[in-house]
Amino acid sequence: MADADVRAPGDDLIIDSATGVDLQLRVAGPGSRCFAFLTDWLIRLLAAFAWYTAAATIYNGRLRLSAPTNPDKQWFLGVLAPALAIFFLYHYVAEVALHGRTPGKIVAGVRIVTPEGATPSAGALLARNVFRLIDSFPVFYSIGLVATIINRRHARIGDLAAGTLLIHDRVPAPLPTATGGTLQDGALRELVVELLQRWRELEPASRQRLAQTVLTHSGGGQPPEGAPAGASDDTRLRLALERLTQAGAA
Amino acid sequence: MSARSRDQALTNALLKRSEFWRTALARARRLSAGRAATVAEALTAVEDYRLLARDLASARRLIPDSRTREYLEGAYAQAHAAVHRAATHPGYALLSLFRDQIPRVVWELRAHIAWVTGLMCIAGLSGFYLVHTYPDLIGLFASPDLIATVERGELWTEGLLNIVPSSVLSAQIFTNNIVVSLFAFCAGFLFALGTFYIVALNGLMLGAVLAFTAQHGLAGRLLAFMVAHGCVELSVMCLSGAAGAAVGEALIRPGEATRTEAFRSAAMRSGKLLFACVLLLIGCGLIEGYVSPDPDFPVWSRVLIGVGYWLFMLGLLTGWLFGRSRAQLKPVEP
Repeated sequence: MADADVRAPGDDLIIDSATGVDLQLRVAGPGSRCFAFLTDWLIRLLAAFAWYTAAATIYNGRLRLSAPTNPDKQWFLGVLAPALAIFFLYHYVAEVALHGRTPGKIVAGVRIVTPEGATPSAGALLARNVFRLIDSFPVFYSIGLVATIINRRHARIGDLAAGTLLIHDRVPAPLPTATGGTLQDGALRELVVELLQRWRELEPASRQRLAQTVLTHSGGGQPPEGAPAGASDDTRLRLALERLTQAGAA
Repeated sequence: MSARSRDQALTNALLKRSEFWRTALARARRLSAGRAATVAEALTAVEDYRLLARDLASARRLIPDSRTREYLEGAYAQAHAAVHRAATHPGYALLSLFRDQIPRVVWELRAHIAWVTGLMCIAGLSGFYLVHTYPDLIGLFASPDLIATVERGELWTEGLLNIVPSSVLSAQIFTNNIVVSLFAFCAGFLFALGTFYIVALNGLMLGAVLAFTAQHGLAGRLLAFMVAHGCVELSVMCLSGAAGAAVGEALIRPGEATRTEAFRSAAMRSGKLLFACVLLLIGCGLIEGYVSPDPDFPVWSRVLIGVGYWLFMLGLLTGWLFGRSRAQLKPVEP
């Protein structure tokens, strides 16, 4: 089994793995936590309110949100209880269903993991959520927020109880695909591909300056022979970059 | 061949594996999402994990500040999560929880249960003594409405069903009790002081209200109201308190583990008891909503329900209801 230890002085959680290559996960700080929580809070508030509005409208037969003078079983079980359930069970249900994520956490790019980097069990997620009672005490998650600030792993009380951590769930960037061409330096190749991918997004002056720098480093500063007559400097530079990476161009 | 040329050649060879990384990442995501996988797929995922580790190690050395490395870090983390994902068998997990784990926790917490029960009894007797000796003190424990009702010779529980339907009453009661129970457990985080406060306050209030109703000749009627649900409800309060006390003790006396580790271990272990507590409190709420306020239920039937439900609780906590024998109750020493 993997053995976890925070070795790096920063916010990295470094986990020894059976493969011999350690796993590096970035622990999410209070900022990411707050962002995820506020997003989730908004979602569950809207979802609960939407249910309440729809159910109350059906119950009252018209758009009226106030409770009846003598609330009966239908009002409680059909309107109030589901709305409260949506609001209070949102985190636990979402975390179990989405394997340590909630919609807010997905937006914030964070995920709950065990110290071994795995998805926590349903029991651990339950313990984590039960301790919100303490974290939210006395108001606005004060205890939880202070705990995440002073704790070296930025864990709130619920995380300490469940043995979980919130980490940045890295969304890998699109990978450069070209592997042909004359360019031998892999890092430079990656740079060229990325520059070509972003060619249209960049200002002409900036992209031409970057292209010239890259071509100088790669030794391919001359415009390609196949460049169309009358082509602008911009087009020539782009074709020169493409030549460096295109298959069969060598 | 220079070292630089060799590294460039290695980098190029590495970058040519991008298609494999995409496939491996997609497979890891599919497995992480919990969709059913064949044995062959699972074995392929393990092999992916190994190959991604190798490529990541190369990328960290050859192109440490590149997007390729970032991509590989993400793919490796995803593959790690997929490979280390525990198997889930909800049915078996529940059976194991109620048949093996909860009885074991109850056995381990027997001293805590005894102490917390003792605390509640002492608090209850203190509350009774205080209000019995100094009747004016009831103002500290009960609301003015409750005091006025009892002074009129009535119980606040009478006619409850005329105001609120049984189902609503039940749901309100068990929701409130579950929150109190969870709070008693979580408050153990404050070195058990929060737990002791909640348990003692409940005992004190119960004793005080009993003394106050006794002064107005209503104690018998109050006990008749309470007996059906109260036996289990008060027991569950003691169980939640015991679980909270165990959490507090782990923080005060962590033993050889660190305080954080002891806290985590105690919270996860004693927290299992709360599953049983929540179920029992739902039952208590139903009894308190449907049976306790209903005058059609004679006292003998209330006693029967109360005692029967308490025995059911005993069967649940010892695992007897799920086929666990008495001999298995004591955990085997490793």
